[in-house]
Amino acid sequence: MTIEPNKLPCSYFTEKIPLLLENGTSIVELTVAYESYGKLNKNKSNAIIVCHALSGDQFLASKNPITNKDGWWNRMVGCGKPVDTDKYFIICANVLGGCTGSTGPTSLDPKTNKEYGLDFPMITVSDMVNAQLRLINHLGIKKLLSVIGGSMGGMQVLEWAASYPEKLFSAIPIATSSRHTAQNIAFHELGRQAIMADPEWNGGDYIKLGTRPSKGLSIARMTAHVTYLSEASLTKKFGRRLQDKDEISFGFDADFQIESYLRHQGLTFVDRFDANSYLYITRAMDYFDLEKTHNKSLTEIFEKTKTKFLLASFTGDWLYPPSESLIIVRALSAGGVDVSFVNIESDKGHDAFLLDEPEFDNAMRGFLESVSKETNL
Amino acid sequence: MDRKRLDLELITSLVERKSRILDVGCGSGELLESLKKKRNIIGQGLELGQERVNQCVAKGLSAIQGDADKDLSLYPDQSFDCVILSQTIQATSHPDVILKELIRIGKKAIVSIPNFGYWRVRLSLGFYGKMPITKRLSNSWFNTPNIHLCTILDFINLCDQLNIEIEKTITLSSKNTKSYNGLPNKLSNLLSEEAIFIIKS
Repeated sequence: MTIEPNKLPCSYFTEKIPLLLENGTSIVELTVAYESYGKLNKNKSNAIIVCHALSGDQFLASKNPITNKDGWWNRMVGCGKPVDTDKYFIICANVLGGCTGSTGPTSLDPKTNKEYGLDFPMITVSDMVNAQLRLINHLGIKKLLSVIGGSMGGMQVLEWAASYPEKLFSAIPIATSSRHTAQNIAFHELGRQAIMADPEWNGGDYIKLGTRPSKGLSIARMTAHVTYLSEASLTKKFGRRLQDKDEISFGFDADFQIESYLRHQGLTFVDRFDANSYLYITRAMDYFDLEKTHNKSLTEIFEKTKTKFLLASFTGDWLYPPSESLIIVRALSAGGVDVSFVNIESDKGHDAFLLDEPEFDNAMRGFLESVSKETNL
Repeated sequence: MDRKRLDLELITSLVERKSRILDVGCGSGELLESLKKKRNIIGQGLELGQERVNQCVAKGLSAIQGDADKDLSLYPDQSFDCVILSQTIQATSHPDVILKELIRIGKKAIVSIPNFGYWRVRLSLGFYGKMPITKRLSNSWFNTPNIHLCTILDFINLCDQLNIEIEKTITLSSKNTKSYNGLPNKLSNLLSEEAIFIIKS
């Protein structure tokens, strides 16, 4: 199956005013593909942006038309759920550089009328945020009730709060970090090298040449997927159990269930994700370093900001561990910022923020309700 | 009214409306909740136990996990109108350092202590020769988190040493509650189970 990103059923916003990028170049024509849930109230004060993670998309709480599966955060967002669509107007946009409708390497370059491929400019997390800002300006929203996101979504939240504090009442960065660590970069580099080593990648020109680096992208996904789990969750789910057999095969077939599971994860990923997008977005994450971008310490960046923060981390997350959230919490406290922090006991690894964690749900609900009260929603 | 409740009500009555409050050792947020409701304050909690922090946040209170002994140094000077340390100082490693931190961070501080000079406590140790166990101090000597217990007199002397001014004192016993501008009378060290102080630099 091939993705035709611009035909996916969702909302689109297109603007022909160039978007200036952090690297000095610009995107001439910006398209943002997004989904929205709930109703924007009269004074447009109940809007929330949810920022998606690396492999996410705009299908936050509605059926994903590519996979036919439920939205990726269906558990958290919906009628009566912690991020309640009865109360809030929730927007989720595909990130700049993405491959499900927003401008990215699979879009047509207006200069050549062919797909960008590697001619797509290098984008950063702050560029992603600036694209979202264009969208909320277009929707006439002056101030967001909250910006929420986990993992790379959390980086966007931090960037929103750092660059546009006057545009948001509250911020919820989840399972994230204020900069990518060497370990984070290392895992991304593995993925990128796998993609680029696939002969079908063809120097990034695979769309024009009619090939697809599925092997490389699928290995990238397999590697990354392991980093989203934990030893405890892998042991619980798979242990050393064999796949459809009673004895090991003395060969390189997927003997173990975990192998078969990872292969499946890799295979299904290539149906819904573009390899060049994967390169660009992982690079944007690697370049993420809030202190460096803003040329200030974390405390100075957020000093005296009126934005109210809730940070959440998970004890079993070794990719963006609680210690990374704690660095941000300490900086915010030192800056006299109104901050809450929950560290949720969980052995599910980084992906815990997407899974069933009732204590996390309660914190989200309680925090959003208190913010609603304070803004007289 | 039970003692914990009374402590909470009295501290609430001492807090000014709409002020910015840091509650050190906020537990699961009873005091912050009461202050928010009755005094319309902007509150922040610091609490050692993560589970209790999570409970605070679920109630819509701002709280972070942290250790009074280590983490108070994070907060900027005079960043709160008032810092509250309710029934917690005796469980900290360095009460003297903490007191100085409280009045650095807050324009003033409210500190409540169980009084080890209370006659029942003295009786237990002096007459029975056993470490006292009271309603307020209900742990045995070997499992108590209360490592730095003091009397009202000790507390007053420490404040004097540190050049900390005691603006107001409230003493509590099972019979009555007395309020003093400045220091309490001498007998209160014998007759009060607990004291609440407003201190400032």
